[in-house]
Amino acid sequence: MNTASATETYNYKVVRQFAIMTVVWGIVGMAVGVLIAAQLVWPELNTPFQWFHFGRLRPLHTNAVIFAFGGCALFATSYYVVQRTSQARLFSDTLAAFTFWGWQAIIVAAAITLPLGLTTAKEYAELEWPIDIAITVVWVAYAINFFGTVAKRKTKHIYVANWFYGAFIITIAVLHIGNSAFVPVSLWKSYSAYSGAMDAMVQWWYGHNAVGFFLTAGFLGMMYYFVPKQAERPVYSYRLSIVHFWALIATYIWAGPHHLHYSALPDWAQSAGMVMSLILLAPSWGGMINGMMTLSGAWHKLRTDPILRFLVVSLSFYGMSTFEGPMMSIKTVNALSHDTDWTIGHVHSGALGWVAMVSIGSMYHLIPRLFGLRQMYSVSLINVHFWLATIGTVLYIAAMWVNGIMQGLMWRAVNADGTLTYSFVEALSNSYPGYIVRTLGGAIYLTGMLVMAYNVWKTVRQRDAVVADNVPMTA
Amino acid sequence: MDINTLRGIITILVIISFTGLVIWAWSKRNKSDFDEAAQLPFADDELDAQSTKKAENE
Repeated sequence: MNTASATETYNYKVVRQFAIMTVVWGIVGMAVGVLIAAQLVWPELNTPFQWFHFGRLRPLHTNAVIFAFGGCALFATSYYVVQRTSQARLFSDTLAAFTFWGWQAIIVAAAITLPLGLTTAKEYAELEWPIDIAITVVWVAYAINFFGTVAKRKTKHIYVANWFYGAFIITIAVLHIGNSAFVPVSLWKSYSAYSGAMDAMVQWWYGHNAVGFFLTAGFLGMMYYFVPKQAERPVYSYRLSIVHFWALIATYIWAGPHHLHYSALPDWAQSAGMVMSLILLAPSWGGMINGMMTLSGAWHKLRTDPILRFLVVSLSFYGMSTFEGPMMSIKTVNALSHDTDWTIGHVHSGALGWVAMVSIGSMYHLIPRLFGLRQMYSVSLINVHFWLATIGTVLYIAAMWVNGIMQGLMWRAVNADGTLTYSFVEALSNSYPGYIVRTLGGAIYLTGMLVMAYNVWKTVRQRDAVVADNVPMTA
Repeated sequence: MDINTLRGIITILVIISFTGLVIWAWSKRNKSDFDEAAQLPFADDELDAQSTKKAENE
């Protein structure tokens, strides 16, 4: 099956660059997250400088963790997986370098403009129109490079991971262009081309599919390569992966209206969004089970392999949050959960538990191999990171569940005469313990990332001593 | 045509295409193809070794 010529090589340079920046932006984005969590505990941390207020930093946190940390992880793994499963070098080294430097420039532009208060006020699409145009240019270059590599593949099949990466790249292009239709009035100010309920619907068509395609399809691509690779056995059912793919992408696109329950959006659209969200449980769990069952017959490896542990626990969190999501999309449940910390808890069970853990596991598999090493500098430090990440996530989401349900119940409580039982401030002051636990959980998770940075640093340095003790990868 | 007729037709088309997809994915004819595809992550070690060896010499 291997038809490689003796001179052909993969472009690992761009994969190395994106992999290292995944760790760097992970630390930056999560550090901002811990800071804004602390600002909710100690409001004094909203310093006299407007640039560091919660309202300015919160979009910086979300953009940094989703598009800088998650984005770099997706670029790194997609460029790696598409080359290895196509047995072909990237379509263009120039375009690869362009996407790397272009993406980093966009991240820096976001880190400057968001604290300055330059924002479109669309969630997860806050960046102003000049940056949106830059994103479009980089994304088109990425698409050409990815699909160009698929086109020149030496293998008969397009491996399932590439289907997921491909759907992620195409859909994000469509969503970004659709939702970023702005009318500029000056260099740093623009207004949405849509208005009213239509604007809200376009925003959440974008917003939920950013979750569905950026934070899910792309990372499922990661799962379909790195779980089999780390477990050293092919995916449990390739047939299930095909049904998983088509069912997931056909269903996700309709789920957005569940963000707009009991709003000015027409009632039928809200119900349609709820029903499609419930259906989504089936493909989500199909994929999760497919990943988990890949380990059947190899469960004992979990005892000794912390990378596999990262990957499997990420799938557990994926299963948990894709059960929680459809449940929260039911209108009567949403009436309790909407606008409470429960939503924040749900997002972080997906973000910390699924997206970040599957990325971290993949990076621990990937980084040593990119440098011709068999494994990371320290396997026991990977294990330390695993426990820090797991404990941090559990503390975070448990605190937000307690807070969210408490807030929902306090806000809806009414006295016999119809007046509200609690004022808003009463619910807020009762949320304090949860905010403290959340900050602690986030800080523990961030500590894990610092352990990872040290381990990666030592691994890369070890490259010089590669021949001595770390046998080059052969299997 | 009434919009609800169109909605009904679309629902039926979606059910048919999903059923078709499942039948196609599980058909005996495709089994060997998919088994082959599932092995792709394990098929390129030579190329990978060449790439990292070259990287060391850079």
